[in-house]
Amino acid sequence: MTDIQREELEYDVVIVGAGPAGLSTAIKLKQINPETNVCILEKGSEVGAHIFSGNVFETRALNELIPNWKELNCPVQNQVNKEEFLFLTNASSIKVPNFLLPKVLQNHGNYIISLSNLCKWLAEQAESLGVEIFPGFAAKNLLFDDGDNLIGVQTGDMGLDQNSQPKENFEPGINIKSRVTVLAEGCRGHLGKQVIKKYNLDKDKSPQQYGIGFKEIWEIAPIHHQLGKVMHTVGWPLTHDTYGGGFAYHAENSQLYLGYVVGLDYKNPYLSPYDEFQKYKTHPAISKLLKGAKRISYGARALIEGGLQSLPKMSMRGGLLIGCDAGTLNMPKIKGSHTAMKSGMIAAEVIHQHLTRNSSLDLYEERFKQSWVYQELHKSRNVKPSFQWGLIPAMIFTALDQKIFQGKLPFTFNHKHADHQTLIKAAEASKIEYPKYDGVLTFDKPSSVYLSATNHAENQPCHLQLQDPDLPIHFTLNEFDEPAQRYCPAGVYEIEIDNQNQKKIFKINSQNCIHCKTCDIKEPSQNINWITPEGGGGPNYSGT
Amino acid sequence: MKVLVAVKRVVDYKVQIRVKSDQSGVETQNVKMSVNPPDENAIEQAIKLKEQGVASETIAVSIGDDKSQDVLRTAMAMGIDRSILAKTDQLLEPLAVAKVLKSIVENEKPDLVLLGKQAIDDDANQTGQLLSALLNWPQGCFISKLKIENNLLSISREIDEGIENLELTIPAILTCDLRLNTPRFASLPNIMKAKKKPLDVIDIGELGIDTTPKIKTIKVIEPPTRKAGIMVSDVKELIQKLKYEAKVI
Amino acid sequence: MSVLVLAEHNDQAFLSSTFNVIEAASKINDDIHLLICGSKIENLANEGKNILALKKVITCDNEGLNNVIAEKISPIILSIAKNYTHILAPATTYGKNILPRVAALLDISQISDVIGIENPQTFIRPIYAGNAIAHVQSPQTLNLITIRPTAFERCETMGGEALIENIPYIETPSQTRFINREVTKSDRPDLSNAKIVISGGRGLENADNFKLIYELADKLKAAVGASRAAVDSGYIGNEHQVGQTGKMVAPDLYIAIGISGAIQHLAGMKDSKVIVAINKDVEAPIFKIADYGLSGDLFQVIPELMAELDLLNKIES
Repeated sequence: MTDIQREELEYDVVIVGAGPAGLSTAIKLKQINPETNVCILEKGSEVGAHIFSGNVFETRALNELIPNWKELNCPVQNQVNKEEFLFLTNASSIKVPNFLLPKVLQNHGNYIISLSNLCKWLAEQAESLGVEIFPGFAAKNLLFDDGDNLIGVQTGDMGLDQNSQPKENFEPGINIKSRVTVLAEGCRGHLGKQVIKKYNLDKDKSPQQYGIGFKEIWEIAPIHHQLGKVMHTVGWPLTHDTYGGGFAYHAENSQLYLGYVVGLDYKNPYLSPYDEFQKYKTHPAISKLLKGAKRISYGARALIEGGLQSLPKMSMRGGLLIGCDAGTLNMPKIKGSHTAMKSGMIAAEVIHQHLTRNSSLDLYEERFKQSWVYQELHKSRNVKPSFQWGLIPAMIFTALDQKIFQGKLPFTFNHKHADHQTLIKAAEASKIEYPKYDGVLTFDKPSSVYLSATNHAENQPCHLQLQDPDLPIHFTLNEFDEPAQRYCPAGVYEIEIDNQNQKKIFKINSQNCIHCKTCDIKEPSQNINWITPEGGGGPNYSGT
Repeated sequence: MKVLVAVKRVVDYKVQIRVKSDQSGVETQNVKMSVNPPDENAIEQAIKLKEQGVASETIAVSIGDDKSQDVLRTAMAMGIDRSILAKTDQLLEPLAVAKVLKSIVENEKPDLVLLGKQAIDDDANQTGQLLSALLNWPQGCFISKLKIENNLLSISREIDEGIENLELTIPAILTCDLRLNTPRFASLPNIMKAKKKPLDVIDIGELGIDTTPKIKTIKVIEPPTRKAGIMVSDVKELIQKLKYEAKVI
Repeated sequence: MSVLVLAEHNDQAFLSSTFNVIEAASKINDDIHLLICGSKIENLANEGKNILALKKVITCDNEGLNNVIAEKISPIILSIAKNYTHILAPATTYGKNILPRVAALLDISQISDVIGIENPQTFIRPIYAGNAIAHVQSPQTLNLITIRPTAFERCETMGGEALIENIPYIETPSQTRFINREVTKSDRPDLSNAKIVISGGRGLENADNFKLIYELADKLKAAVGASRAAVDSGYIGNEHQVGQTGKMVAPDLYIAIGISGAIQHLAGMKDSKVIVAINKDVEAPIFKIADYGLSGDLFQVIPELMAELDLLNKIES
């Protein structure tokens, strides 16, 4: 619907995404100058609805942003008091002594939190400073002027039917014009993807790397619960040539945050990240925690893992790309929240200078390089690439790189391939038999999606766009056995047989989409383009 | 015609509610809250009446704690002119709610009060009827159609057997069914405008109404779970099972 | 202790909800009176006095009570309320419309949609569309309660010897005028209390295809239900809607065809004794609560079902 008249709103700064990066930018902007007009667009039905993270939180950025956070009832309260790193085999586990762990994997002084709840709290702080936050509004398109400068965003139309025709409650999106547009959509934001391409922000960088992270929240029996305990695992069930590992964090209210990450550079098209996670729970080290427990939440989200080598230029004419939208997550540390927040705070300072003195937004690069985020990312840059040698060599290298050389080795490994390029042909791959779901520890996808409280308004345009609608059946199915059936954690993609003509069809159940972005990343031909559905739709995560 | 709309802030209908492990109630902390869905239909109808030139002013009322302000802002963002929060931290029974509404009605003197037919949290389906009796006004409950002509309300209401058509004089109470209309989205510009619309807060204590609950909730538990049965492979097997195993045909 | 039950009827006969409510009343006390308000209801009164559990049938017979108007019935109930400790009405649109008015005028907190009675002061009712169950206690000297009919058995309708008593009609000026009722006429059993219900959902794709549901229902002498999606799409009228904001049903057999099983629908039928689900999507949530699930194309399955039922009938006869 490009030809209708749209209303316009003007702001100094519009921020896309009410996550830790976006909220920190907004708060810092108002702290520097309360007169700055700032708004945040959030596609989730409320702040926190699309926030999904482990999360063991380092308070470094929070301490800088809101030093008195403890007195303000901030939901950062559960201090880590015990740490375990296990190497799992299919029957047992070997505990790696803590003193052998590199500093990045030591969590003393950190907190086990719900990032969703922290974002809700940050949103309250932001609003009390006068930031306007608009949940339920998706930023659909970018706005450019004749000189190709970014000048704002357009919110999505509401009330369109599946043929993009207006329904009774049709409400056109509006144009939000701003002097600076900040893209903070999280990993693989659809607008971030566009600006990276348009402005060549990833020129001379390594291809970006991603993982898919799963998490379930379980209410476990008090006898198995140890508040403040953090456990990380590597090894089983993944084979040594696939990057990934698991976590179990003991949170408040007898809850366990149980999760798994699988690197999306995996090679076997028959691998199902979802089923690896379900299988993981059957390991005795994990299943013993779940005796008598109840699963109350599920979700998944892509994580950005490329680190410094893949970090694009974060500034452009009229805009900034921050947080996981750019790729500030520290993978070896398994943390991205504090770096996202700091990247937002730096953005606020640069934006303020730009608004008041017309300095270039490109100053961002310089300020970022001077920050502790850069130092941190620099120090851990070689860990992920080392995993292309396999699990054991990588673990040995990481120990050397981090503990002996403190991340100061005089070279930088690059990532060779983008994740979508790594699949081997189905004909050359070995099928993986996953155990059936038992309904006690392991569950089918629909039951899991149900626990994400995902909802999209009925009868709306499909937000998962195929560049070539025939490609899945004509090519991807033969070549790779259509891996979308497996890498999607929500069962969106299915191969069905049409009853009438017995032809195979690629069915898209977009209703189930939990906005993880994995399909956009892993589709071997990059045939799937994730765009934002009608605002307010998607998962309704709570306490994640 | 002045139209008053009662709006309740409830757990969002999409949320999977969880019963607290101490059986004291349903978990509402950190859970998404929204306008009670049939109340959205009531809000929409009020705005439609204003657009049609039938209503001169629309007012939204909510009873609850400070957080209930957000449902009033939503109502005003959809197009309601102004709103009133009757503030209380207590959980009120429908009878107490009706008494509070009566007090507000006597103050504001609307010609029409619209409510959703039932709240999706307590599912009581009483407030509209209670208010109607307290005011001795006619009631039209579970309406799916409304026409107003010459100060007469022609309504169609949904009953178990089908549809019932009634005519009511004003002032009257109407409770709205989900099929009455399609609630509009609040657009961003309207959300901005709504921030400037009046939202008056009155303390329930000032109304001099006894809101002490008369009924006590002893415990709240989960319903017995229904487990999945089996998948049958074909129609023949289904009929066999239904006839000889379940014995229901 | 004494219980008054408000009868639901259509002037000619009691609606079955009345029998469920009387059964509920018997869990409170055995002094049960039935109040019948209507016009020309002698036959009803005579039928009523045979109901085993009743001690008394109270009638208010007047033309003014033709076509139930809540504002006219509530004063009648009010006039005898003080004689009772409990007044019960069915939680149907009839009872839901009337009883709260009485509650307001007596300053009593009503308890809605009760599905269980622990003792005369403790009641069980669903909240959040039945996703939680509340046990409530009311020390009020008079309790006004709407009863979910499907949660109780039918009472014994014969063998009783209740007295019949007439009470005077109370003229109430009314600002409500009854115009008409569009009742969907049907030879099929009533949805709310049918033993078998066949329900169709969006999978039927259009109103025409719903005839498949009707045909199957006829074969099984069943009532026809529908999901909200089907009703909203105009495939069938709202009186067939089963769900949180429609009817609650608990038949012996519920067959859900082309219904995915959104939680709001499940709320209306999960108390059925046996649930069958037919859906081509094997991951549809309805299969999680179905006793028997069949994954398949309903346009093939329904004709097959009807053929098999014919075969069964042949074998039996």
